[in-house]
Order: sequence, then C-alpha cells, then structure tokens
Amino acid sequence: MCEIDENYGDILEKSTIPCVSQMCMKCKSNSAALIIRAGDAFCRGCFKEYFVHKFRAMLGKNRLIFPGEKVLLAVSGGPASSSMLAQVQQGLSQDTPKKLRFVPGIVYIDEGGATGQSMEERQMAIAQLKSIFQATGFPIHIVHLEQVFSLPGSVLEAASPTPTGTDGSYKGAVDQYIRKGSTGGAGPSEEPTQPRGHPVLDVQQHLAQLSTMEVPSSQHSQEMPSSQQSQALEMLFSSVRTLTAREDLLMTLRHHLIVHTARTQSYAKVMMGDSCSRLAVKLLGNIALGRGASLATDTGFSDPRHGDIMLVRPMRDYTSKEIAFYNRMFGVASVFIPSLDTKVSEKASIQHLTESFVTRLQTDFPSTVSTIYRTSEKLQTACGPQDRDAGLTARCLLCMCPLDTTSDKSSAFHATLVSEKLSQKLPSEAAPPKQGCLSSTGRQGKDCGALTDGCCSSDRTGRVPELRSLLCYSCRLTIKDTAAVDSLPPYILTEATRRMQRSQMREEIAEFLLEEDDG
Amino acid sequence: MGALGFMSYFLVSFSRGGAELLFAGVRNHQVTLPSQSQPWTMKQLLVWIRANLLKERPELFLQGDTVRPGILVLINDADWELMGELSYLLQDQDNVVFISTLHGG
Repeated sequence: MCEIDENYGDILEKSTIPCVSQMCMKCKSNSAALIIRAGDAFCRGCFKEYFVHKFRAMLGKNRLIFPGEKVLLAVSGGPASSSMLAQVQQGLSQDTPKKLRFVPGIVYIDEGGATGQSMEERQMAIAQLKSIFQATGFPIHIVHLEQVFSLPGSVLEAASPTPTGTDGSYKGAVDQYIRKGSTGGAGPSEEPTQPRGHPVLDVQQHLAQLSTMEVPSSQHSQEMPSSQQSQALEMLFSSVRTLTAREDLLMTLRHHLIVHTARTQSYAKVMMGDSCSRLAVKLLGNIALGRGASLATDTGFSDPRHGDIMLVRPMRDYTSKEIAFYNRMFGVASVFIPSLDTKVSEKASIQHLTESFVTRLQTDFPSTVSTIYRTSEKLQTACGPQDRDAGLTARCLLCMCPLDTTSDKSSAFHATLVSEKLSQKLPSEAAPPKQGCLSSTGRQGKDCGALTDGCCSSDRTGRVPELRSLLCYSCRLTIKDTAAVDSLPPYILTEATRRMQRSQMREEIAEFLLEEDDG
Repeated sequence: MGALGFMSYFLVSFSRGGAELLFAGVRNHQVTLPSQSQPWTMKQLLVWIRANLLKERPELFLQGDTVRPGILVLINDADWELMGELSYLLQDQDNVVFISTLHGG
C-alpha cells in the first residue's frame, strides 16, 4: 500500500524519445494513449472498457436504482455531467442483459441571471445544449434560476422517504422486470413491483403544483424569465458580500430547483455529475466552510436529505482527467458555460482556493485525490436521536441537513456565539413579544423578534436573527454575508416564519406535551 | 556552414472547456514556428504561446515553466506524460490540444 517503491521519475526518463513507447498495461498489445492514476497506461480500447465498466459497477454496487424508475439527470453542460449523460444513453441502448433499466429525464438549470450573462448568451447556450439533449430522446426540462421566486414552501420540507427495498427485493425487482420482457419506458403506474407508495407520490405531486403561483411548465417553458424576476435575482446576488457566500447560495438554490423539478415531474431519484476530483475539493472546502457535520451526505454516493427525492452521484469514481480524455477521444459534446468563479483570482473564494490547492497538490502527489476520496467513502452520518420524528425544527432551512447548532453550553460553537455577541455593538434584543401576528408599523426602532407575519414588511435587523436560529452553522455564515435578506425568494421567508411560529407554539404548550419516553 | 533549420506547422487547439477564454475565444490555431537549429521542445512552445497567443491572465494558463495544474495537454491525441511532458520534441504537423479540467461537472 505504501508508495516507497513507486518512482515517478522513471516514467519520464523512459520516454524522452518523441514517440509513444509504452504499451497498454492491460492488453499489452496496443500502444498506450494515456496515463491514469499513478502510472497506469491504457490504450484507447481498454480505456473505454474501463470507463464504461466503472459506471455500471458504481450503479450495480449500490443497488439504489430500481428497474423502471424515473431518474432525473442534472446536467450542467460541463464535461462530467455530459459524460454521465452519454454513459446513460449508451447503457440504455444496449441489448445485453446488463443494460441499464431506468427511465431518464434531463434537467438543466440556467444560472445566467446570477453569473451576469446577457440574455443572448444564455439563449445561445440553451440552444446549444438543447441540440445535444434532443439527440438523446429523453424528456428535457429547462429551468431558469429566476423561477426560484415562484417555488412553493414545500420544497424545504423533507418529505417522508419512500421505503427503499433491501437487497433481496432489488434482485426480485430485477428478475421480475427481465421476465416481463424489456418493454422499456414503462411508466410508474405499470410497475407493481416498485417499492414506492404511489398515493404518497401523487399527493406530493399535487401539493407541489397547488401551492405554486406559476408552475414552471416543463418542455414548454421556452420563454426567458421576465426582466422583473431577473432584476430581483440580480439584486439578491449583488447584495451578497463575499464570493464564497454567493457560490454557496447559488448551489443551494440550484439544489432546490432540481428537487422541485423532480417532485413535480414525479422523478424518484436525481443523478448529479460530481466527479472524484470535484468531490475531493468539495470535501475539503466544506470543512473550511463549516459544513463538517454534513460531509457524508454532501460527498457520499447517495444523499437522502430531501426525503422522497434521493440524490445520487454515479460519477464520483472518475477523476477529471479520465472524464476529459474520454470526452475528447469518444466525442462527447459538452458546452462551456461561465460560472461565478470563472477567471477570478485564486483567493477570491474558499471553494476556489481549495480547488487550486488540491489540483496543485495533485500534480506533485498523484494520489491526493484518491486518498481524499477513499476517506470520504468511510464517512457515515451518525443518526441523531431527533432524526426521524422531530421533523422540521431539526433541519436547516436552506441546506436540509440536520442542525448542528443545537449543542450544549460548553461546546466550541457556543463559545463562538458568545465572543461574537461580545464583539458586536448591536442593541440587545428585547424578549420576543408573545402576541399574535401583528403588522410592524409601530415598531420601527425595536427588534420585532419572531412573530412578524410573512406578508408585512419588517425592518431588516428583525429578520436576520429570525433566520439564524433555523440554519446550520455554515448557512448562518452565508446569510450573515447577505446584506438584503428580504430579497431572498419568498418561499424561504415564508417557510422561515412558519417554522418560527411553530416553534413558538411548541414552546407555549411544551409543558402539556407528553415526552417521547413517557409511558 | 548554414544551420540546419526547419519550419514547423502545428495545430494548437483548446477544447471547449474554458481555456479558450484566455485566447480571445479562438479555439483552433494553426501555428508556424520560426525555424531554429534545434527542434522545438514543448517548453519552448509554451513560452512562444505565452508571447504570441495568450491574450490575458497568463497565470491562469501557465505556472512557471509548465502549464497550470488542472490543464491537460494532448499531443496527437495522446497524453503528454507518455511523451516526456516538457522535454518532448515537436515534429511537423503535430496536433497539440489543451483541455482545462477546472470547470464543469
């Protein structure tokens, strides 16, 4: 396991002559075309086999995707997600018994409003992507980030998870599917073997559609968002002071949109295209951001935090080099879309700095990324005692992870809170008035605390402490960097007030509630 | 005695990954290097690119002698690590591709 014997200098010495002198280490007959990991040379054919096999093995090993299930592919146009799309397309079209058996759809989130692109650039990018997507024949959903302003509050609820089958039921489901013949494209209503609660899914689908003001219609939403929405989005993002917080907020909103699309279009799972290198950077970056408590869900293969919609990361075993070579050699089309951290300086944000740190380390020590990856595989979420039943109040409002701030008085977190309070010069908060919802017209100078109604305009300082108690540590930092908290999309604000009211109510009747372990 | 020199034609291209932003969006460049007594090495090519093709932000493409970490180099569709990286001697009609892996997912 230790690498004392590996001497990377040998590889360089062997090939000073300008011709490809190494043979593929697998078939030993063709000349090598690329080097993966630390010195494994592969020829084109063996590399393709290796790449395709890894994808199937990743899906097969985890056994989470049942045959006939509807799976949403979140494609950003970049190389990893385009590669994932190509793999899914290839896997579905084969006639072997090993072919992939789920029903895919594609979603693309147009973030041009937040990254400062013009309408023409965005339309051009969407047109390019649509021509790629249409070649696959899967249903396409193009969602603009501006649609965040018309999301329902139910997005932030972790609905009850659909019962996932055990290994036995997975095998049974596969056998049954094969026996029925590969009719392909079977809708969810024709699959009696699926371990999903249909009534639950239908109800959620209806609920999601009922509470929106404008349902983002799939496939037909070709029109670009209104300038009013774009302006609102621009105002939100320009009020965020640091690039770190901006990237974090963008990612949160993107996830919410994807989950909402999956819910309304009745997809049970979502596949994200995070590669190994990406996830290694994300792991270290998240620790720096204060998200250490949710590392397992953020970087693991499956991400169950939204309850009924499971996020899956099948590309997590591929390094970005492998993906880039595969795309180049086998003609996988991808579109480059500038993001928030294009062409910024190295230290502009925590995420960007972590990325350059890891990539630089990787050149000198080629096992960096794989070591981080192996470590992340061993992480597991410890199920807190309040995991299932406490429901809403135990989860962060924005990132849906269990709150890590409910620790006792002697923790390090409490110490940071105390020192923060001491170093600020804000007036001390008055005790929140225990009255019903009132409009805040007469309360300009005071902190309104918790009980303002969602529809009335309250002063900004009153909102910030309100959100903070509902957020995990790193989301708090993000919101702290957001100057205009009331320009957050309405679904976040209404959900926040709702949770505050619920917790107030719970406090009031706390002494009348029976404890879980009584009688 | 005249020095033995030769002109070389190369195709330098940037795949659609963001690196082309630093080269005014032009993805394919047909490059003719001035003749020189010794064959051109990759190292010299990089210096030449920096001087002639790179339009902005050199630190996003080059780092010291070599390309920035995260940028892959393919010579005739093969990994440059197999060819000796910087010490590879360029030949006529070689096709060099730079792919940036720092974006996209």
